[in-house]
Amino acid sequence: MTTKKFMMVNRKAPYGTIYAWEALEVVLIAAAFEQDVSLAFLDDGVYQLKKGHNTKAIETKAFEKTWGALEDYDITKLYVAQESLAERGLTADDLAVPVEVLSRAEIGKLMEEQDVILSF
Amino acid sequence: MKFSILVNEGPYTHEASDTAYQFAKAVLAKGHEIFRIFFYHDGVNNATRLTTPPQDDRNIVSRWSKLAQENNLDLVVCVAAAQRRGIVDEGEMKRNGKDATNLAPGFRISGLGQLIEAGIQSDRLVVFGD
Repeated sequence: MTTKKFMMVNRKAPYGTIYAWEALEVVLIAAAFEQDVSLAFLDDGVYQLKKGHNTKAIETKAFEKTWGALEDYDITKLYVAQESLAERGLTADDLAVPVEVLSRAEIGKLMEEQDVILSF
Repeated sequence: MKFSILVNEGPYTHEASDTAYQFAKAVLAKGHEIFRIFFYHDGVNNATRLTTPPQDDRNIVSRWSKLAQENNLDLVVCVAAAQRRGIVDEGEMKRNGKDATNLAPGFRISGLGQLIEAGIQSDRLVVFGD
């Protein structure tokens, strides 16, 4: 099978809309198709990775554990926009999994290298 | 050039599916090929034949059906997203013990693998959503 470079761009907060959750389903299927998958977290999307989600009161599934499972699918390229973290008072230490923190401009360059970009 | 299109919003609330439709028409008018149009998130609501807008408004659903029929397009609705939102074909009705179907003509329900395949097979995968 042809392998292409897929980047999934996550821009929305983890709860409040379903985009983040259904984006994760696309990520896992792309990995199952043995594509070269990377994830970029921009804007409120950086909240998806934050430690300490507790979703009991809103009766929805929490994300946090799924990020740890990505490695099992050989998904290790997680890029987080430094400016988006800073704007929200966050650092890489606040995140549930190891990521590569890059500037928006650097993530833009990575986007130029992709074959397919899916933004959610 | 070979295009695929991803529609991530439902009809009427957002203009995204209108824009996707106009884009698809423009792609075909320029002589390009459309490999597949995939409907995800609330985009699956583009595929319910029960949609009944006022007579002086566009019918977004039947417009997709007509475009598919005239151009032999592959309109695919994500099964997991469809199940969440109650978009049902014959197979899904039987599988999930439902008492009705509402999938519009020209659409078919399938898995997310069809979206990834569209990304692999097409020169461009263009995403419409908010």
